[in-house]
Amino acid sequence: MTEAKPKPKIKKEEVKMPKQDPKVRVKNFNEVALGYTEEQAFEEATRCLQCVKPQCVDGCPVEVPIPEFIKYIKEKKYAEGIVTIKSKNALPAVCGRVCPQEEQCQVKCVLGKIGDPVSIGRLERYLADWELDHGFQLPEKPQSTGKKVAVVGAGPAGLTAAADLIKLGHEVTMYEALHLPGGVLIYGIPEFRLPKAIVRNEVAYIQKLGVNLRVGNLVGRIHTIPELMKTGADAIFIGSGAGLPRFMGVKGENLGGIYSANEFLIRNNLMKSYVFPEYDTPVRIGKHVVVIGGGNVAMDCARSSMRLGADVCLLYRRSRDELPARQEEIENAEEEGLVCKFLAAPLKFNGDEKGWVKSMECIAMELGPPDESGRRRPIPIEGSEFTMETDTVIIAIGQTPNPIIQRTTDGLEVNPRRGTILVNETGKTSIDGVYAGGDVVTGAATVISAMGAGKTAAKAMHKYLMNKK
Amino acid sequence: MYKILSIQELAPKTKMFEVSAPDIVAKAEPGQFVIVIISEKGERIPLTISDYNREKGTLSFAFHEVGKTTKELGLLQVGDDLENVTGPLGNPSEIKKFGKVLCIGGSVMIAPLLLQVKAMKEAGNHVTTIIGARIKDGLLMKEKAEALSDKTYIATDDGSIGHKGLDFLKEILKKEKFDRCVVMGPVAMMYEVSEITKPYGIPTIVTTTPIMMDGMGMCGVCRVTVGGKMLFGCFDGPEFDGHQVDFDQLVQRQRLFLPEERVKSLLWEKNIGGCKCDRSKA
Ligand SMILES: Cc1cc2nc3c(=O)[nH]c(=O)nc-3n(C[C@H](O)[C@H](O)[C@H](O)COP(=O)(O)OP(=O)(O)OC[C@H]3O[C@@H](n4cnc5c(N)ncnc54)[C@H](O)[C@@H]3O)c2cc1C
Ligand SMILES: Cc1cc2nc3c(=O)[nH]c(=O)nc-3n(C[C@H](O)[C@H](O)[C@H](O)COP(=O)(O)OP(=O)(O)OC[C@H]3O[C@@H](n4cnc5c(N)ncnc54)[C@H](O)[C@@H]3O)c2cc1C
Ligand code: SF4
Ligand code: SF4
Ligand code: FES
Repeated sequence: MTEAKPKPKIKKEEVKMPKQDPKVRVKNFNEVALGYTEEQAFEEATRCLQCVKPQCVDGCPVEVPIPEFIKYIKEKKYAEGIVTIKSKNALPAVCGRVCPQEEQCQVKCVLGKIGDPVSIGRLERYLADWELDHGFQLPEKPQSTGKKVAVVGAGPAGLTAAADLIKLGHEVTMYEALHLPGGVLIYGIPEFRLPKAIVRNEVAYIQKLGVNLRVGNLVGRIHTIPELMKTGADAIFIGSGAGLPRFMGVKGENLGGIYSANEFLIRNNLMKSYVFPEYDTPVRIGKHVVVIGGGNVAMDCARSSMRLGADVCLLYRRSRDELPARQEEIENAEEEGLVCKFLAAPLKFNGDEKGWVKSMECIAMELGPPDESGRRRPIPIEGSEFTMETDTVIIAIGQTPNPIIQRTTDGLEVNPRRGTILVNETGKTSIDGVYAGGDVVTGAATVISAMGAGKTAAKAMHKYLMNKK
Repeated sequence: MYKILSIQELAPKTKMFEVSAPDIVAKAEPGQFVIVIISEKGERIPLTISDYNREKGTLSFAFHEVGKTTKELGLLQVGDDLENVTGPLGNPSEIKKFGKVLCIGGSVMIAPLLLQVKAMKEAGNHVTTIIGARIKDGLLMKEKAEALSDKTYIATDDGSIGHKGLDFLKEILKKEKFDRCVVMGPVAMMYEVSEITKPYGIPTIVTTTPIMMDGMGMCGVCRVTVGGKMLFGCFDGPEFDGHQVDFDQLVQRQRLFLPEERVKSLLWEKNIGGCKCDRSKA
């Protein structure tokens, strides 16, 4: 054990993440955070106290063995380190980048009491990237159980469930509606935060494990859940996400230049419109973009728009303190020149003679008492209407689950108001053998919570499958 | 992979592909569409299902070469593979015994219309079909239309064959009663027909073709206003009540990316003489 060495003085400050200069990066789509060097990773790893009862692990929804993998970095045993992570987390290169670590593993780290917590996510990323450069090791092939499983949706929830189930010896077929796998990781989160090569690599790993992936396959239109059951699936996992965009229902919303966040992000990420016309799908972005919303999705739209050359204003109906986006992303965006307008909401969009948006009428808000979400409710201030000039608007006010599966599966219990699938604590739905997890159950949440749900369900499904005659 | 099994030239710049897609074919119904991607860098374009053969597992769609992607599609040969075909998408047409049905198709959309004509006949309806195009050369599948329908009329914008324009439809409606009208074609035509049938109270179903991307309800680019409500063309449609659709908005929204599409098409045409490099096979 490393504890045997003489105890060095604990460094209170984390090793900072090297990043692209804001002035440079706002002109390209390359990754903003460059990743630790070997020396930096070593230095940060040595800060970890190797706690016997590590609090950090409790904060991780998939229980990555954090002190163990950090120890391997200190010992420069990178291959062992990555295998340790992958025993719990099939997508470390993704999680190391986009997990809200500051609210999960890192918030629990004991070092946080005296200084900066250990940068667990960055270290996880370091090992995952090391593996990317060195090729991955496949675990030994398990003995086949002869059971068949269908997984619907190749987002983080589905990918995790698929990886866990195949490692347990089940035959897994994954159905993905889009032409590329990855879910939000491929169509939503921009290249500069999560390079698509990384997502492809993580998916390739899961395919190498033997998962049979079928893209362009919208369950509900081709096969329904009951049909999948009838044609041989012994159990099904639904991880279809929350991909339906919300609109505001205000006048003029169908004018040209008004995108849903999903449309804008799908164009840019899935279809790569930022390199149009090399790729065929166009995106049109004006000079003055207004992004409506305040979450991670809104930040991603704003930062993408800046990279496409626009001035961007974020319009949020509450105040800065309530911004739901990750702190790190807000800071990154502000460094890049994002302007925010707080406490205001749109009332109406006005168009030009060609049907393109040219301005929006807004109203100012003040904060009242907290609502059911626990945040203070915004209340319009009478007589405070004002007009903003704009030529592009991106609406990023949230998504709900796509109802195709819910509508085509008799007996599947759904929350009537939110459209989410109802499950018990193991992820089981109202139908025997059918499980669900991720955004389709919780509504828009996080990558790692979706993965956690995929894991939980995989465990329960394994038990169910092994008990089934 | 989705292999092209046969190609039929229906009219100048209008082709019908038969592709192998057993999964989709098992579920395809008249009125639904697929989304086609030619190559890795290609865009997703929606095309209506024009025919299918469940035994052979093949599916047909017809397309008119209007922009970069459809022109590129037109260069493909039998034996080539398409990167991806997703479907069936959208809701199937309502097919049942209505009584007397009027089916109207314009230009390339005549091909998918005839699939509906066939289904309407099989459901026991008396079917009158009108097929139309801008000019005589643009008219397609005349014989097939005549073979499938109880009565067939032809119309062109310039009168080079059949009736000139759609005014004759007004005369027909004065004499004959119809229980349902189905229209597939250019927006201007669907609008005109809807206006003509309105005074007679004939339920008129149009196939809207807004710009689409995912085709499954994720992006909202396909939004159409129907009876004052915002609906998604791909998910709630593509067929809607023609007397309720906001056609002006539909046309406006179809043109959203016109300048970009033009540039792309021009750049591409400049290049195809020389290098086709990674495009044809990715
Ligand atoms: C722009 C954006 C930025 C985000 N940033 C972060 C972040 O920084 N950190 C973080 O932790 N979280 C972030 N999130 C949230 C996170 O991405 C999601 O919570 C997570 O991806 C949910 O995973 P999932 O597997 O449940 O669903 P998804 O990732 O949505 O995947 C669902 C998949 O199912 C497919 N599908 C849907 N219906 C069907 C069907 N009927 N048949 C077949 N396939 C179907 C979809 O095409 C999709 O590929 C972000 C989300 C967005 C949109
Ligand atoms: C549900 C649906 C079903 C369709 N079925 C067929 C079909 O069976 N056969 C067929 O030939 N076409 C069909 N279309 C139209 C077809 O998708 C477009 O012609 C195609 O996307 C054009 O691509 P492009 O790159 O070649 O042209 P672009 O360069 O994208 O566009 C060239 C011209 O076509 C117009 N256009 C672009 N997209 C559309 C669109 N979605 N609908 C109508 N006009 C468009 C543009 O305004 C422009 O004038 C359908 C569209 C929808 C939404
Ligand atoms: S998966 Fe996320 S929460 Fe878990 S250790 Fe890694 S960064 Fe932390
Ligand atoms: S709590 Fe912090 S110091 Fe302790 S093991 Fe976890 S990362 Fe290391
Ligand atoms: S095409 Fe994206 S929602 Fe209809």
